[in-house]
Amino acid sequence: MVKEKFTTLVSTCIPLRIDNIDTDQIIPARFLKATSREGYGNNLFRDWRFSSENVLNRDFVLNNPDFKGRILVVGKNFGCGSSREHAAWAIFDYGFRVVVSSFFADIFKNNALNIGLLPVQVSPSFLTKIFNQIAEDHKIQLKIELNAQEIMILKTGERESFEINQYKKNCLLNGFDDIDYLLNIKEKIIEFENRKQYIWLK
Amino acid sequence: MTAKTLFDKIWEAHLVTEVKEGPCVLYIDRHLIHEVTSPQAFAGLEKRGLGVFRPRKIFATADHNVPTKDQHLPIREELSRNQVAKLTENCQYHGISLFGLNHPYHGIVHVIGPELGITQPGMTIVCGDSHTSTHGAFGCLAFGIGTSEVEMVLATQCIMQQRPKTMRITIDGKLNKGVTSKDIILYIISQLSASGGTGYFVEYTGSTIRDLSMEARMTICNMSIEMGARGGLIAPDEITYDYLKDREFAPGGKDFEKALEFWKSLKTDSEANFDRRHFFNAEEIEPMITYGTNPGMGIRVNGRIPLLKHIPEENKESFSNALKYMGLKPGMKMKGKKIDYVFVGSCTNGRIEDLRLFADYVKGRKKAGDVTVWIVPGSKRVENQARKEGLYEILEQAGFDLRQPGCSACLAMNEDKVPAGKYAVSTSNRNFEGRQGPGARTFLASPLMAAAASITGVITAPGDLL
Ligand code: SF4
Repeated sequence: MVKEKFTTLVSTCIPLRIDNIDTDQIIPARFLKATSREGYGNNLFRDWRFSSENVLNRDFVLNNPDFKGRILVVGKNFGCGSSREHAAWAIFDYGFRVVVSSFFADIFKNNALNIGLLPVQVSPSFLTKIFNQIAEDHKIQLKIELNAQEIMILKTGERESFEINQYKKNCLLNGFDDIDYLLNIKEKIIEFENRKQYIWLK
Repeated sequence: MTAKTLFDKIWEAHLVTEVKEGPCVLYIDRHLIHEVTSPQAFAGLEKRGLGVFRPRKIFATADHNVPTKDQHLPIREELSRNQVAKLTENCQYHGISLFGLNHPYHGIVHVIGPELGITQPGMTIVCGDSHTSTHGAFGCLAFGIGTSEVEMVLATQCIMQQRPKTMRITIDGKLNKGVTSKDIILYIISQLSASGGTGYFVEYTGSTIRDLSMEARMTICNMSIEMGARGGLIAPDEITYDYLKDREFAPGGKDFEKALEFWKSLKTDSEANFDRRHFFNAEEIEPMITYGTNPGMGIRVNGRIPLLKHIPEENKESFSNALKYMGLKPGMKMKGKKIDYVFVGSCTNGRIEDLRLFADYVKGRKKAGDVTVWIVPGSKRVENQARKEGLYEILEQAGFDLRQPGCSACLAMNEDKVPAGKYAVSTSNRNFEGRQGPGARTFLASPLMAAAASITGVITAPGDLL
C-alpha cells in the first residue's frame, strides 16, 4: 500500500558500505511475528545495532548520532534473500524514503516500490563518489528528483540519472498502487478467466 | 511462428494485459499462503473493503513459525500462537483451504504443494516466500512475492510483473558417487555468484537434469533464488507425469489424459533464444560445502577456502567480513572442522528421499557424542512415510532428535535456533549471518554430508566413510 506521494527529496544520508546486505540482516526472522505492518523500524538491522547480549553497538552507523537522514546508501546487491516485505517496511518505518545502491535484488526492489520506498540505482562509480563524499563530510546532502529521474550530490553538483519504470513512477508520483490499477480492469480479468481452456486450471 | 522458450509460452498464456511502458498483468493459477506474510495482506483487503476474489485457487499452511515438538498442544509462544490463529481465522472467513498443524496434509508450503498435486506443469504459482521457485521443477512459473503482492493476488488473482530475461543452464553427464542435486546447485551458485542470476528466469536442461527424480529437481529449482534469479524451471517429462498421477489435487481419470496432452506440449522450441546460456559438466562437480555468509561462497569439501589474493577486488571486503563472522581463515581446509549442530530439513532437503539418503548412510553407526542433530521432516506425509519405512527406528537408534514438520532451524523463527558462535551443517538454503539464530554459523551441504558430519562430529566428505 503506497502511503504517501513522492516527488523530490533533499536529505543527509546514512551510509552502510557493505555489499550483499540480505533481508535477514535488514530484519531478522525472529522479528516477523507481528500481524501488522507497523513497528518494524525498531528492529531494522537489529543484529548489527545490538550484540547478541543486547548491548548497543556504538560503532554501528545507525547508533552514531552524527548520522541522520532519510536516505540510506548501501553497497551492491542490496536486499537479496527472502521475499519478506517486512524488510522494506522496516526501512520505511525507520524513516527512510530512498535507498541508493549500485544494484538491488529483484524482489526487494518490487517490494520497495510497492510500499512507496524509492530504490535509486546508480553506477558503481557514482556510488563510490557518494560514499567518499560522506566520509569527508557526513553532513552532505543528496537531492532526488523523481520526475526528472535524477540524483545529485548538492555540495559538488555531481549528478546522475536513474532508471525507473514509467508506470511505477506514476504510481509513486500520484500515491496509488497496483491494486488500484487491477481493480479497474476486473472485467478484463474475468474475460481472461472465461477464455481459459483447461478445467484444472480454471 | 517464432521459436519460444517454455518460459515464454507459459508467461504469454497467462498474460491478461500489458500496461503501456509498464509491467505485465499475469493471471495466477495457484496462490499458496502461510502465517507470516499473509496477515497484513488480509488486513489490507479489509481496509479497502474487498473480499478474496478466487478463494478456491488458494491453499494455506502454517509452517514458518510453528514449533516442531508437541504440535498437538496449543502453541506456547504468544506471538506465534496469534499468527497461526489469525491465519486460521482469515482462511475460515474467506473460504480458503487450510492445512494447519495436525492436518494430515500439513507441512512446509513448498513440500506440500507438489506432494498433494496442487503444483502442476504449465501453471503460474506464487507464494509470499522466495523459495516458491521450488515448484518450477514441474515446468511451471513459480516465484516468491511480497505482502503487497499477496494482497494483490487475493484481491484480483493477478499480479503485476516486469518480464524477466531468460537464462538456460545445461548440465550434461553422469554424477560422481556421493554427489547429490544439492551439490549441483551449490556448485552452480559458486560459479555464477549470489547475484549472478538477478533479473533472469532460469531453465535447467541437459542429461544430468533429466536423470534426476522429481524431488532432486525440486532441490535445484528451490535454490535458484540464491543466485538472485526470479525462478527456475525444468520442462516436464515422464518422471513428472508419473509423480503427479493419483495425487489428491492433480487431474484424475479422463482429465489426467487431457492434462497429459497439454503437459507434453510444454517444452522449449529447439531454435528458441535465451538471453544467456551456461554449460556445466556433471563430472566436474564434487560434494560441496559453503564456508561464508552467502550461498555463493561454496567450495568442494576436499578444497580449501580461497586466499584473499584470489578474490576479485570488489569482493575482498565482504569476503573478509564473512570469514570473520564464520571464525575461519583464508586458505583453511574445510575438512576436519569441528561442528556442533546438524540440521536436516527445510523445503530444500526435507523430503522423503533426503531422509532415506540420510538414514541409509547412518544405518548401523552412532551419532558423534557432542553433536546435536535435528531431523525435521518437510511434511506430515514425509514423517508418516519415514515411520512406515522404518527410517525413524534407524535414526532413533543412532541417537538423533526427530521433530515434527515445519521450517524450523531453516529460518529459526521458532525455538529451533543454533546458539551464537556455534557451527551447524545444514541442508537448508541460506547461510546468511544470523539466519539460523543470532550469531549462528552455517555450513550449507547435502543430506549425505550432513549424515557424515553427524557421525564424525567434524566436516567429512561423504565418500570418506563409505
Ligand atoms: S523451509 Fe526455509 S526456505 Fe523453505 S519455506 Fe520454510 S523458511 Fe522458507
